[in-house]
Amino acid sequence: MRDIAIVSVARLPHVRCEPLLMDAEMMTGVLTECLEKANLQRQEVDFWCSGSTDYLSGLPFSFVHVLDAIGPWPPVYETHVEMDGAWALYEAWLKMQYEDLETAVIYCWGKESTPDDVRTVPTLQLDPYHVAPLGPDTVSIAALQARALLDSGRYTESDFAEVVVRARQHAASNEYAQLREPVTAEAVLNDKPIVDPLTRSMCCPVGDGCTAVLLASADAARDLCDKPVWIRGIEHRVEPHHLGLRDLTDSPSTRAAATAAHVHDGPIDFAEIYAPFAHQELILRDALGLPEDATINPSGGALCGHTLMVSGLERIGEAALRLQRGDGQRAVAHATSGPALQQNLVCVLEAE
Amino acid sequence: MSDQNQVPDKPVTLLQAPVRVDYTIRAGKNNTIYLQGMAEGKILGTRDPRTGKIYVPPRGPVPTSGDMMEEVVEVSDKGTICTFCIVNVEFPGQILPVPYVGAWILLDGSDIPYMHIVGDVDASEVRMGMRVEAVWKPREEWGPTSENILYFRPNGEPDAAYETYKEHV
Repeated sequence: MRDIAIVSVARLPHVRCEPLLMDAEMMTGVLTECLEKANLQRQEVDFWCSGSTDYLSGLPFSFVHVLDAIGPWPPVYETHVEMDGAWALYEAWLKMQYEDLETAVIYCWGKESTPDDVRTVPTLQLDPYHVAPLGPDTVSIAALQARALLDSGRYTESDFAEVVVRARQHAASNEYAQLREPVTAEAVLNDKPIVDPLTRSMCCPVGDGCTAVLLASADAARDLCDKPVWIRGIEHRVEPHHLGLRDLTDSPSTRAAATAAHVHDGPIDFAEIYAPFAHQELILRDALGLPEDATINPSGGALCGHTLMVSGLERIGEAALRLQRGDGQRAVAHATSGPALQQNLVCVLEAE
Repeated sequence: MSDQNQVPDKPVTLLQAPVRVDYTIRAGKNNTIYLQGMAEGKILGTRDPRTGKIYVPPRGPVPTSGDMMEEVVEVSDKGTICTFCIVNVEFPGQILPVPYVGAWILLDGSDIPYMHIVGDVDASEVRMGMRVEAVWKPREEWGPTSENILYFRPNGEPDAAYETYKEHV
C-alpha cells in the first residue's frame, strides 16, 4: 500500500440556514482555506473528488455548478460521488494507490435548509416497492431502530440521554458545532418527543455546511505540512437494502470494516463516529470494538452539528485536525450512509 | 389456505408510487443583486478581478479560476446572437408556441452569453452575429424577475463580425 496522508482540513460552521452563499460560494472559501494552509495553488492539485446530492439542492447535476469553486480551467481531473464526502475520500485514496497522483482535494457540501422537510429526502432512497410507498422519514426509521435496541435489553433511554449529554459537553469547545449548550439527562429525556422513543435532542439538528480535505502522497505530504496525518486503514462495507433483512440493533458492516481497516491492531485514543441519532452511537461503538478509555466524538459529533453528505468526511477531518494538534496518536473516524446505518466506512488515522 | 395466500391470477405489472419533495430556494447574495437589478430595469454582472471579464448574472467564484468576484457592473440590454436553436418540437410544460428561437446572446460589455428568446422576427431569419435588443415589459409590471424581459428582437444594426463573438460559439 502507498502511504497517503491528510495534509489540511477546512470547513464552515454548521448553521440552521446559510442565507447568502449558494453551494459553489460556500465551497469556494473553504477550498481556498484548505489549500492556503498547505500553500498550494488550485492548478497544482492532481485530482478532485466531491460528494453531494441533487436531492438537497433540488437541482439536477447540481454538483456541476460547484465545479466553479475549484477553478476547472485549464481542464482538471475530477469526479463526483452521490454520497457523503467520506466515500469521495475513499475513491481518491484508492485512485492514489494505483495512479500517479501526488495530491487530491476531497470536498462536500449540503444545504439541508433548501428542502422544505429534509427528513423526507432520504425516504427516496428506500426500496421503491415495499418501503418507500409507506413514506417513513429519517427519524421514523431511526426510531424503529432505537425501539428495537431498547427491546433487546442492552440499553435504556437513559443510555441514549447520556450520549447526548457527553456530546454537548464536547461540542462546547467546538466553534464549528451548531448545538453547544450543555444539557442534562433529564432535559434530554423530557425534551419534545419527535418519534417515540426519540426526543428532539436525541436527533441531529438540521443544518447547512461543507468540508474540504487535502490528501497527499508521502513525499508531497512532508513538503506541504509539518504534521501529516497518515491513513493507516480505510474500508467500507454494506448491508442489505431492505430493513427487514437486517438486525437493526447491530452493525455487522461496521464490525467488518473496522477489522479490515486494522482498528484493533493498535491503541485508539479517540473516535469520531457519524451517529446522527443518539442510540446509533451505542450500536456503532460496540461494533467498532473500541477500548473503554477511548474518547468518543471529541468534536461533539453529528448530534451537535449535522449536514447530509458532509458529516462523514467531517468526522475524518475532525479526527485529523485533533491528531495534528497533538490530542492523540491513533484515532478512528467513521462514516455512515443509507437508512439505519446500512453502509459504513471506517478509517484509521495516525499522527506522525 | 386462505385466498390471501394464493398467487393472484394476474401478475402486477405496474406500481404507482408518487414522489414529491418541495423546496424553498433562497436566492442568496449574488442572485439577489441580479434580481434587484432586474426590478430597476438593469442587467447586472460581476467582474473577474484578475482578467476583467464580466459574468452575467452575478456569481461568486469565477468559473474558470475559483477566484471570488465582488465588483458589480451593469451591462447593456443590447447584444449579439452567438448561437441559437429553433424549437419545432412540442413538449410537456411548454410555454411558447412553436416554432420559437432560443439564443445565446452576448450582451455588450459582458464576456459570457445570456440565454433568452428571440422574437419579432421569422425564425428562418435568425442568424449568428445578428444584433438584438431587449424588449421589456411595461415599467409598472417590473419585479425582481428575469421575466421583465419578454424577449430580444433585431435592432437593425449591421451584423457583428464573427471575430467579436467567436470565443462564445
